[in-house]
Parts: sequence; C-alpha cells; structure tokens
Amino acid sequence: MMSRLLPHPFFSLTLTVVWLMLVNKVTVGNVLLGGFFGVVVPMITAPYWPGRPTVRKPVHVAGYMAIVLCDIVVANFQVAAIILFKRNKTIHSQWVEVPLDITSPEAITILAGTITMTPGTVSAMLSADSASILVHCLHTDDPEAVRDQIKHRYERRLKEIFP
Amino acid sequence: MFVEVLISFFLVLAGVFGLVGSFGLIKLRDSMQRLHAPTKATTLGVGGVLIASMLYFLLVKGQLSFHELLITLFLFITAPVAAHFVAKAYIQASMKPKDLPKCDGPYGWAVFDDPPNAFDQD
Repeated sequence: MMSRLLPHPFFSLTLTVVWLMLVNKVTVGNVLLGGFFGVVVPMITAPYWPGRPTVRKPVHVAGYMAIVLCDIVVANFQVAAIILFKRNKTIHSQWVEVPLDITSPEAITILAGTITMTPGTVSAMLSADSASILVHCLHTDDPEAVRDQIKHRYERRLKEIFP
Repeated sequence: MFVEVLISFFLVLAGVFGLVGSFGLIKLRDSMQRLHAPTKATTLGVGGVLIASMLYFLLVKGQLSFHELLITLFLFITAPVAAHFVAKAYIQASMKPKDLPKCDGPYGWAVFDDPPNAFDQD
C-alpha cells in the first residue's frame, strides 16, 4: 500500500522541498500543495522510474558533492586559462574511452554529469551496452591519466554510494 | 562597505567568466571544443551572480532567498544533459566510427550500434 502510494519517497520529499523553495514562503497551504505535488508527480511519472535505486552511506553523498563542487571551481579556472592563454594550434583535444565498472543507470548518469562539469572533459556518448563512456578532452597529452583520474576520483566513490 | 565590496567582487568575477566563456565560443576550432566553453566557464559565471544575489538578500535586505539554490540545482541538472545531447547530435551528423576510439566491449558506441535486446521488446 505504502509503496504504491509513494513509489519513491525521496523523490516525493525532494519535490515538496523544491516547491517550498520556489514559493519562498512556508505556510500550511504551500506545504499541502507541495505535498500534493510530491504524491501526484511520482505517480504519474512512475513508468519512467521502474527501478528503485538504493543509496548506501548517505554521508558519502555529501562528501562526493563537496569534491565535485571544488572541482567545478577549479575546472572553470582551468578552462578559462586554456581559452585565454593557449594558441589554438597547441590545444590537443582527444577522445578518451573510459570503461565503466558501475552498472546502475542512476550512477552512470551522475558520473556522466560529473565528467561534463569537471576539468576539461565532456561526456559525449555511452557504448550501446553502457559498459564504457566516451569522453572528449579539451586539452591533454596523457589520455591514460585522464581515464585513471575519472575512475579513481569519481567512479570509485560512486561505487560506494550506489551498490 | 565590506558587504558591498564582497558582492561587487562576485559580480565582477561572474562577468569575467561569462565573457571568457562566450569568447571561447568564437575562438575554439571545432564543435566539440566549443562545447567546453559554455558547460564550464559559464558555470562560475552564473554561479557568481547567484552567490552575489544571495549575499545581497541575506546581508542587505535581511531575508533568506532559496531561488538561487534552485537555479544552481536546475543548472547542474540541465547543463550536462544538454551538452551530452549536443555532443551526440554532432557525432551523429559529422563523424564516422573510425574517428572515435574503439569500444572495448562486445558492443560499439550507442550512436552507431544497437543496444543488446534492442529488438526483443515490442
């Protein structure tokens, strides 16, 4: 009963909180309306969310977000430096293939998003069986190092979060 | 006074990064390289404005505003997805399998190859 009413409790909670942040005012009416959205939207979109991802070690989620935020700031400075101070001829762009160990679609989505937001890389495509991800590197002379960094810095942590 | 300097600092920082990101669009050579400029350099551009806005409402107006956090959240969700779409469309339109590195597994890249069980489900 509970699982049919609330197939994704965290999703419902997130929707309610986002609604309250949108209206920027916590009143009984807004909480009720937010709660209504939190129940109805997951019901309507349930066919698109067949699996129910389990998150292990919620503390690691906060750690992961902190690392990614730091890397985003660093990435901005690095990319800005490349754009401003490197001649076009000396920018060596490369494709890098990163084999994946994680299998859950949610984890792969987060990894792809992280790759795009962080230093000098954009995730461009998955392989047909989602076993590896194609990454475009703005400037690198050492593709192996890029691959190892993605696997070690991000994927290892995601593997701990998503079992 | 200090508050105003802080807010101005973030606004100027945001402006500079926005400018650099847009300049990158003109300067870089091909589509894949140009994709890097808006996905990254502008994140801090928008982020700086949002931090400045939050500081302004918190310290000058004395009220807490959550809209900036939401904009950040939506930006972080949409920017990588949009970049992924653009990259995929570009590969589909103007690249051949031999231009890309080979895929290790039994299946090729998603644009050129069908996924396993593609024809099992009607």
